[in-house]
Amino acid sequence: MKRNKITLAGVGLLSASALVLVGCAGSNNGAGDDGEGAGGDATAIITVNGSEPQNPLIPTNTNEVGGGKILDAMFAGLIGYAADGSVFNDVAEEITVDDPQNLTVKIREGLTFTDGEEVTADNFIKAWNYGALASNEQLSSYFFEDIEGFSYDADSELTGLEQVDDYTFTIALNKPASDFAQRLGYSAYYPLPDAAFDDIESFGENPIGNGPYMLEGEGAWQHDVGINLVSNPDYDGPRTPANGGLDIKFYASQDSAYADLLAGELDVLDAIPDSAFETFESDLGDRAVNQPAAIFQSFTIPERLEHFGGEEGVLRRQAISMSINRQEITDVIFQGTRTPASDFTSPVIDGWSDSLMGAEVLAYDPEKAKELWAEADAISPWSGEFQIAYNADGGHQAWVDATANSIKNTLGIEASGAPYPTFAELRGEVTERTIQTAFRTGWQADYPGLYNFLGPLYATNAGSSDGDYSNPEFDKLLSEGISATDAEEANGLFQKAQEVLLQDLPATPLWYSNVVGGYGETVDNVEFGWNSVPLYEQITKVS
Amino acid sequence: MALYILKRILQAIPVFFGATLLIYFMVFAMPGDPIAALFGDRQPNPALLERLRAQYHLDQPFIVQYFYYIAGIFRLDFGISFSGQPVIDILARTFPVTLRLAVMAVVIAFVLAIVIGLFSALGKGGIFDNSMLVVALVFVAVPIFVLAFLAQYFLAVQLGWFRPTVGARNDWGDLWLPAIVLGLSVYATSMRLTRTSTIETLNQDWVRTAYSKGLSRGRVIPVHVLRNSLIPMVTDLGTVFGILMVGATVTEGIFNVPGVGNTLYQAIIRGENPTVVSFVTVFVVVYVLINIVVDLVYGLLDPRIRYVPS
Repeated sequence: MKRNKITLAGVGLLSASALVLVGCAGSNNGAGDDGEGAGGDATAIITVNGSEPQNPLIPTNTNEVGGGKILDAMFAGLIGYAADGSVFNDVAEEITVDDPQNLTVKIREGLTFTDGEEVTADNFIKAWNYGALASNEQLSSYFFEDIEGFSYDADSELTGLEQVDDYTFTIALNKPASDFAQRLGYSAYYPLPDAAFDDIESFGENPIGNGPYMLEGEGAWQHDVGINLVSNPDYDGPRTPANGGLDIKFYASQDSAYADLLAGELDVLDAIPDSAFETFESDLGDRAVNQPAAIFQSFTIPERLEHFGGEEGVLRRQAISMSINRQEITDVIFQGTRTPASDFTSPVIDGWSDSLMGAEVLAYDPEKAKELWAEADAISPWSGEFQIAYNADGGHQAWVDATANSIKNTLGIEASGAPYPTFAELRGEVTERTIQTAFRTGWQADYPGLYNFLGPLYATNAGSSDGDYSNPEFDKLLSEGISATDAEEANGLFQKAQEVLLQDLPATPLWYSNVVGGYGETVDNVEFGWNSVPLYEQITKVS
Repeated sequence: MALYILKRILQAIPVFFGATLLIYFMVFAMPGDPIAALFGDRQPNPALLERLRAQYHLDQPFIVQYFYYIAGIFRLDFGISFSGQPVIDILARTFPVTLRLAVMAVVIAFVLAIVIGLFSALGKGGIFDNSMLVVALVFVAVPIFVLAFLAQYFLAVQLGWFRPTVGARNDWGDLWLPAIVLGLSVYATSMRLTRTSTIETLNQDWVRTAYSKGLSRGRVIPVHVLRNSLIPMVTDLGTVFGILMVGATVTEGIFNVPGVGNTLYQAIIRGENPTVVSFVTVFVVVYVLINIVVDLVYGLLDPRIRYVPS
């Protein structure tokens, strides 16, 4: 529940290492569906945690993890993501990046939805047009904004999508996005069967997919309680389940889910409650999971705040950043379930670096911090209190208070947290630009690419630029990166762009969230994906 | 009698409108933008934001929004949650669960309260009375979430006597653990009330008369003492049941009970006005109905009470 507060968002570009993602389709990283799983009972049902989807189960209208993990189990996209964030073809046989603005997609023949309809190019084109249409008001419509013909203001067709034959279509983009192919594994890009458009409302309640799992039957989604999925015998692809199905139980609190895990009522849990941070590794032993995730945490000090504009602002931001003892806070407050940040992205993303030029601004250095603060005071003496706003419904108080204390003790200024009762209130003020303090920000990637952490947040006039940051040098490096079709070259440019950010600190990087989870003795082969959701299809039940 | 009931029901109508208006206003006045929050840390496109606001009438002034809401209620349309489900379906799904839980908790609390309260009164000042006072104080003093976590950890996780959470299996038999916790949390007041009331009754003239008629203790205590001591308990029952119907949020959260408290909490956090207002509206109705029933039960317990529509 807390995770959905960090948006699944993105627009982005950054190329996959090759221009062509050629298929490993059909290869098998799980066990067969013939009833003889590798080391487990292939008919056994795995019990996992989830939360009530906040929207109907329509891929383009689901932007939070509760619905997302169900859709990911029920649908197969053109590509899929492996645990390390690398991509593999699923429905796609071949995706060719003709140039940074044009792609050709060829899909495999003979794949079907669970209602028997064949998956063709048309299913993708129709689904994407549905998701993009302004009057459909889909929460994930922004995934299509780079496609030719997209409009937020009026209903328009995605003219950039063109069907070549039943199994081939081309995508024309309205601006270079060399990593577009890499995005295609996100749920917004799933195909929809024709049945969806006959009655989208009942489809949202009983979705028909083409993925590894399908609904156990009509009404398998019991609201507020759970959803029962069984493996789809007709699924033919790299994600063939090694188990018989998933029983996803919805929890309103992570504490109750954790109690169920300890009592053996739950096989796999992908979110350990804060209250168990101290004990979960001893409770679970080697069945505890604690690894970096694609989630970046920060706070933003907008330039429009007094004392934070221009040269003075740059000095003060750097001073504040250097006065935070990130290591101590992640150790003490988070019990090691966060990793101190060394850039603006995440260690699970290809191209992440802990040695960017200027990254020392993220290290705790009280002497240097005081020096910089004094320099800023020489420009204009400091007055007032430094505050960091946060939403009190998300478990942020402890770290905000600790961070404020760290700043206060180092710089000798008044610093404190400013709680807002709910996330909606905080976001309301941030969006309206009425907020008069620094505020917490975070970002969870939609797809494993560096650009996704940079473009939507810090480019001039970017959709989620909460601090209204603008720097032509950064913009230039970013757009060069997104036009580069070579992944190495692109990543190099994105790293250079981040070095600009490290100077300006449009957001103050704090730490990367880890995915903390665990599993019971009843299951094996549990591996967490790059997006912090377990790769359910690989899990086997110990018989 | 019928006239009295009719009058009470008519009285409930302005209560209903007043309460919904007040609640709607309070929810409306809550700062923040629930639609913007749907997008998490991402800033939605302004045009999309406007259309979504319009869909939930959030772009209209307060009184227009309220009118839309009330007009909907008369068509039995309580609005649509952000997840696209009619609020009335959510109500129909969650209320029975909470009702079961509340009934079980009340039965547990009152059986314990009456038995222990009665014996405490009979042995006033004795060891049993005093030790039960200490136990009651403990239950009053310990916050419910502590009680709930302890019960969950020791009775369910460690000993395995119960399942730690409820979830999909929420029939009568599955609700024992949360019901016991809830019951214990309200038990203490009812027990002390029974005790005080019983002591008072024991000193009444008619009790002495009954004994002097030669009636046995086994007859006097249940029939003459207990029945008359129960009258204040009925008021207590009404209040407690009301509280449990609407206020079990914490317990429902800890035990993952898919009831009204849990759902309402989620809706408040998300700023889902239709869900919040409809739930609270139903709470108002439940309270009013319980109070009418309590007033009627008085008459059954105490023949001196008569209902006169004035």
